[in-house]
Amino acid sequence: MPQMRYREALRLALREEMQADENVFLMGEDIGVFQGAFKVTQGLLQEFGEKRVRDTPISENTIVGMGVGAAMTGLRPVVEIMTVNFSLLALDQIVNCAASIRYMFGAQVSVPMVIRMPQGAGHQLGPTHSHSFEALYLHVPGLLVAVPSTAADAHGLLKAAIRDDNPVIFIEHETLYGRRGEVPENAEPINFGEAVVRREGSDVTIIGISRMAETALKGAEQLAAEHAIESEVIDPRTLRPLDLDTILESVRKTNRAVIVEEGWPHGGVGANMAALIQEQAFDWLDAPVARVAGGDVPMPYSKPLEQAAFPHEEHVVSAALSTFRDL
Amino acid sequence: MTIENVTPDLASEGTGVAGSPHPLPSRDTCEKVLEKMLLVRRFEERAGEMYAKAKIGGFLHLCIGEEATIVGATQALRDTDYLMSTYREHGQALARGTPSAEVMAELFGKATGCSGGRGGSMHLFDMKRRFLGGYGIVGGNLPLAAGVALASDYTGTDDATLCMFGDGATNQGTFGETMNFAALWSLPVVFMVINNQFGMGTALERHSAVTDLSQKSAGFGVPGARCDGMDLLDVHACVSTALEKARGDRVPQLVEAVTYRYRGHSMADPEEYRTKEEVEKWLGRDPIAAFSKRVVEEGVLGEEEVKRLDEDAMRAVDEAVKFADESPFPDLSSLYDDIYVIGDQVRRPYWSTDLRSPDTHRGEEERQAGEVAHELAELGSLHEPETDEQQREARARGEGG
Ligand SMILES: Cc1ncc(C[n+]2csc(CCOP(=O)(O)OP(=O)(O)O)c2C)c(N)n1
Repeated sequence: MPQMRYREALRLALREEMQADENVFLMGEDIGVFQGAFKVTQGLLQEFGEKRVRDTPISENTIVGMGVGAAMTGLRPVVEIMTVNFSLLALDQIVNCAASIRYMFGAQVSVPMVIRMPQGAGHQLGPTHSHSFEALYLHVPGLLVAVPSTAADAHGLLKAAIRDDNPVIFIEHETLYGRRGEVPENAEPINFGEAVVRREGSDVTIIGISRMAETALKGAEQLAAEHAIESEVIDPRTLRPLDLDTILESVRKTNRAVIVEEGWPHGGVGANMAALIQEQAFDWLDAPVARVAGGDVPMPYSKPLEQAAFPHEEHVVSAALSTFRDL
Repeated sequence: MTIENVTPDLASEGTGVAGSPHPLPSRDTCEKVLEKMLLVRRFEERAGEMYAKAKIGGFLHLCIGEEATIVGATQALRDTDYLMSTYREHGQALARGTPSAEVMAELFGKATGCSGGRGGSMHLFDMKRRFLGGYGIVGGNLPLAAGVALASDYTGTDDATLCMFGDGATNQGTFGETMNFAALWSLPVVFMVINNQFGMGTALERHSAVTDLSQKSAGFGVPGARCDGMDLLDVHACVSTALEKARGDRVPQLVEAVTYRYRGHSMADPEEYRTKEEVEKWLGRDPIAAFSKRVVEEGVLGEEEVKRLDEDAMRAVDEAVKFADESPFPDLSSLYDDIYVIGDQVRRPYWSTDLRSPDTHRGEEERQAGEVAHELAELGSLHEPETDEQQREARARGEGG
């Protein structure tokens, strides 16, 4: 199986879908001549030309809005927002237009577009450049939300996102761009709403979101090595729709759940997921659902502070151990 | 005649259409446009009445006074062109041909409305007639229009898009952003500022440093022109020329139509920001009265015919109200329909955290949730809405925009 980086897997998906469908086109800041701020779109301008790979002015709200307009009238835009932080300038178009238009106009149109953007802390970029916003977009009915953590998922989910008729928020991770992984030859799209079990175990269920799927896995190895605890690690891969079945099935087996995310704790993905788990599987829980989240602060610049403000495997370990404290 | 420089100061003595340099078009056209303007006027008047009776909820923004602007501009469109507007868009939908019954039904929140009762007064939509919506966010429709124009260009059609918004919207970031984009990418789009002199209660000169709005886009590469929004023929000529340039030369255009809204911003507007005299002055330039007078004076239509057109309009509106009244509300079970396109990614039932949704709630195994969820849905719908009296009081207090 070919090995490739996460960013290359994304590029492959873009290329394949552009080859398959004339109406798929890319627009975003510096995606063409500059080859992409994170080099995801490298070479695509040369391959597909200016009609289909469009450098835009720095106008996030209008970039997204134009994508919506084009999607309403037959195209399948894939919009890149340079990082998730700048998508705040486009929240109006994302929420009031992309997510609402189909419903608000009685299903006379749909908005088949993808908004790709990376997120994440760890590069000392300070408060305006280090956000994680999957919870923000998860909040909005009408949007689909993908959070791929491996190269294969990045490839398969992006293909699915481009083919889907709904607006998709496709959240990549800056740290993961360079990670290598296997992407099967001629890989098919991966359906949204299908979680994967990254590691099987019977003692505690750990759900890791976006880059935290990786952190969760590392925590699980440490739990096994140092505490003889076998964790089941689940990567939901998409948050809307969410494959709660796989999560519940695991929780009913392990009776314990830990949710790991990089974003803020209040109103976070974990808060929501913990509510769902207790609503659906209360009788199976032996301990309160534990949450590991980013610090409840604007992301600081200073390296030690920043490292302390987002989850690492030791946080996963201690949260998992906390679910055993009555034993 | 050139479209630049048509009407420097419209607030002063209006000359009325009689003084207009544009000759009247054919009898049929005169009849058609007058019919449309009258329909819009009568529709809006009745909508206002229906609002007072609390048949219509939310906000209601009437366009009375802007009929020449709306009809003059939409007449310049081909059937295949796209039109986008704001929340003040009943007239645009009607002018584009959406049946008045469907528009009224939407205002009433009925299933037969042109947006299925989901959008209401501010969010009319009619894909069949390429009327791509009413939008409730000031300035929110500009990027969309540029995107539609991009799609037209991308797919090699010669469709054009006409995007209307108010004077207040020219202060939004999306105005500059979209002008730049449209010019940069040579998109077939015409932006039309309906300058009715106010953004809610803030007069033009108090909200925009540049009050000749036709100049506001030039720095972004979009040439502008101004027309007399009270003169249907002037609007039509100006928008036609602009569409030609946008469509043929791929140079997007801005058109400013200077007009006036005779009613408040919305029905909740006590209108303390302008004088009676000012309104009176503009009433003297009523676009429908002026056009009617001219067609009669020039012998194109008889007085009786004009009267008949007006009666027809009133009858159509009566029928629209009857239709809206008799139409059913959307079925409660449709609450969660059409949020998503159901397909490979989203298969029913998809997960949602809203326990009131029978479709999305699973875990029956644990709690037999199906029935409970149905009951909750019913309860939610029974939740006492504001009474008409409360609504009227809130409206009298001038709450909201
Ligand atoms: C982004 C946004 N801000 C504020 C409002 C509230 N609001 C509704 S209409 C309006 C005035 C807009 O004036 P203008 O653009 O001139 O259009 P008009 O109402 O005169 O047709 C305001 C402030 C809104 N709907 N959207």
